[in-house]
Amino acid sequence: MAHATDTSTGTTRRDFLMLATGAAGAVGLGAVVIPLISQLAPDAQTIAAGAPIDVDLAPIAEGQAIKLFWRGKLIFVRHRTKKEIDEAKAVDIATLRDPQTDEQRTKPGHEPFLIIYGNCTHLGCVPLGNAPGDPKGDFDGWFCPCHGSHYDSSGRIRKGPAPLNLPVPPYAFTADTKIKIG
Amino acid sequence: MSGHSSYVPKTGIERWLDARLPIIRLAHDSAVSYPVPRNLNYLWTFGGILVFMLVAQIVTGIILAMHYTANSLMAFNAVEHIMRDVNYGWLLRYLHSNGASMFFVAVYVHIFRGLYYGSYKAPREVLWILGVVIFLLMMATAFMGYVLPWGQMSFWGATVITNLFSALPVIGETIVTFLWGGYSVDNPTLNRFFSLHYLLPFMIFGVVVLHIWALHVVGQNNPTGVEVKNVQKDTVPFTPYATVKDIFGMVVFMILFSWFVFYQPNFMGHADNYIPANPAATPAHIVPEWYFLPFYAILRAIPDKLGGVMAMGGAIVVLAFLPWIDTSKVKSMSYRPIARQLFWMFLLVCIGLGYLGAMPADEPYVTISRILTVLYFGFFVALFIVGLFERPKALPTSIADAVLASANGGSAARVATAAAAEPNVKG
Amino acid sequence: MSRTSFRLALTGLAAGLSLALFQPAAQAAEGGFKPPQLSWSFSGPFGKFDRAQLQRGFKVYKEVCASCHGASLVAFRNLSQPGGPEFTPGQVAALAGTYQIKDGPNDQGEMFDRPGRPADRFPSPFPNEQAARAAQGGAYPPDFSVLAKARTYERGFPTFIFDIFTQYQEQGPDYIHALMVGYEEPPAGVTLLPGQNYNKYMPGHLIAMPKPLSDGQIEYPKGPDGKAPVPETVDQYARDVAAFMVWMAEPHLEARKRMGLQVMAFLVIFAGLLYYTKKKVWSRMPDGSPAH
Repeated sequence: MAHATDTSTGTTRRDFLMLATGAAGAVGLGAVVIPLISQLAPDAQTIAAGAPIDVDLAPIAEGQAIKLFWRGKLIFVRHRTKKEIDEAKAVDIATLRDPQTDEQRTKPGHEPFLIIYGNCTHLGCVPLGNAPGDPKGDFDGWFCPCHGSHYDSSGRIRKGPAPLNLPVPPYAFTADTKIKIG
Repeated sequence: MSGHSSYVPKTGIERWLDARLPIIRLAHDSAVSYPVPRNLNYLWTFGGILVFMLVAQIVTGIILAMHYTANSLMAFNAVEHIMRDVNYGWLLRYLHSNGASMFFVAVYVHIFRGLYYGSYKAPREVLWILGVVIFLLMMATAFMGYVLPWGQMSFWGATVITNLFSALPVIGETIVTFLWGGYSVDNPTLNRFFSLHYLLPFMIFGVVVLHIWALHVVGQNNPTGVEVKNVQKDTVPFTPYATVKDIFGMVVFMILFSWFVFYQPNFMGHADNYIPANPAATPAHIVPEWYFLPFYAILRAIPDKLGGVMAMGGAIVVLAFLPWIDTSKVKSMSYRPIARQLFWMFLLVCIGLGYLGAMPADEPYVTISRILTVLYFGFFVALFIVGLFERPKALPTSIADAVLASANGGSAARVATAAAAEPNVKG
Repeated sequence: MSRTSFRLALTGLAAGLSLALFQPAAQAAEGGFKPPQLSWSFSGPFGKFDRAQLQRGFKVYKEVCASCHGASLVAFRNLSQPGGPEFTPGQVAALAGTYQIKDGPNDQGEMFDRPGRPADRFPSPFPNEQAARAAQGGAYPPDFSVLAKARTYERGFPTFIFDIFTQYQEQGPDYIHALMVGYEEPPAGVTLLPGQNYNKYMPGHLIAMPKPLSDGQIEYPKGPDGKAPVPETVDQYARDVAAFMVWMAEPHLEARKRMGLQVMAFLVIFAGLLYYTKKKVWSRMPDGSPAH
């Protein structure tokens, strides 16, 4: 047997070959998995439909709120009353579960407008508090009927099982009463 | 019970096939000559009932899929099309939707039977764990199936349950986006759930085959928990004894099933699911299907989101570890005076949690759920401790003795030796 | 294990499951009064619709409700199918012809209206939900197709367990009937905003829909004696339209209950046969010795 005489080099070569083949197989397998998994992610059309949108705030009277959809997610736009703004500002943020000041959640000079996502941070239900007859919870904000979370007039979690404040979506004022969400 | 085969091919064709693919031998050994303990009660018919339910769900499900459309704009009306226009569509749809509930009724009886008679103990650990896997797959299948009619409860149930994954640190949000295929529960979600709902039953079927295989390797447990010692005296052949008894059990179960299908088809559903899904409005109460309620109550009992998810998962996973949690050598709780009390308390705790899961998240329900959650997990701790000191009642020496004793009105009973802990050796 | 403790186990499990099973469904009567339980011809295992009642209910729907509420899943032809109001096919064709259905596009690429056919579904009063809301001051009149199954009220423990045995499942029509007769002046302390009305049975009591029915509003077909066979009152209109809505939501209810009886009878007989077969099989062990 020829290879019995040069075991060392033969073994090395065979080891290398096995390793290279194994590595090539692993790379191939990995490459196959990429399309199989990434198809689960949002598709191009879904992403495109999620482009920024413009909203005119002028028609929303003080004390009123509107709901709108962006990226399939609900957004609340509330024109807050003086009382609600004062209440939101008066809170000692050290007492909050998710400490944030009202200033961090609104744009300077545009305090009356609160723009937040409208799905409870607990399990995604829609809190009540936009329509005139809705319960607004114990803090003049929103009340989630599913598991009883209360949000204040700045959309911050004050009571109940939700862990976080209602998040503020990315947006900017493009004019005095116009915003671009996204 | 494996090892020997009593199959004798009779015809030439059978002999020819037996030498090439011994499929008749396999069927004979596992469904005809397979020895079953002769003292099994009717709780043991639920295994057969579950096989029947699985097949019934697959058959009705495949037919429903021929008429259903998995599109968020059309799904609700597609189900109504089945209910109104398809020949016998109302029957197939109600069989399938109530069948899911009946499947869970049977599986809960089956699980509690295993729990009471210690069917998870050596040498049946793998058998038991496979059962837990089937249970998990059933829950996933049922959850995704409930999304398909695309009613309000479908949509919001899907939103609540998929959001549970967002509690996981770091990767949680990504997982949720990948589950949804978008930025919220929407058409892509419905489509993939339909695909998986069609796939999972066949995975269940595969694990059921393993479950039955494992069963046929170790043999069935029985109400005494005493292993078979003498096949002649302690067992009867599966056919006709177990076959006819199982079929009788199945038919009785079908009467219950039919009661709901024909007379109360919407009793176990939610009225809100006859309202088409609407992402802008949440139903007043989001309530999962009844069979998830105990776990849902545990989820809500924990004030922390990740903690709640972990507790809910833990409540199911802990079952898989039962063979090692229970320290007693005695299988059947009939012979375990303390553990038996624990068992009944555990059953009541599960029922209580189920009731609380349907209640709104207000006081006093939240506090009671917390207490019951502690008791739920406490059962497993107690089972560990009790096994260390409990003095079991005397066991019968063999299954045949136990049958004889109960036939004689229990007076000659318990001839048993005080060597309570029976050896776990296979006969 | 002794027989008694086995029986105990079985009853325990059964009782336990029946308790755990049946959580109360969505609440419609939260904070409201429980709708009175009426007796319906279609309740119970032998229930059948009262054809005359369904025909009257259709008249109420057509003349009053249909101006705001659609029934988009119901086709005209359904009105003549067995187990429903059972109008004659001729009546149905004539009825469908009185409706204008949007069809098209034609060869010029335009949509056009044509007379309805039995296969057409009831045309909806509004082209979409937004149009309905705009016309109704923000409230959306729900579609009637399955509404009788989409409305319920809390039965509570332990009533919901008894319901399994009594087969009570008429929460929907009971609630609908109650809503029709539940309009009242608001109690002191409740102020109504414009567009709101007070209803005893509505969850939260505030309802956008104004009182839709009044006594004598709809003329029922006269009997041979020249009088309507039932009173022309709000209560009767409400019963009739609720029954009609149950049929719309569950058009095969009669066939289902009829088949249920056949299936039950078969299963009970079959189970009996199996029981005695099983006893016979188990009376002897494989070696021929008596079982015990």
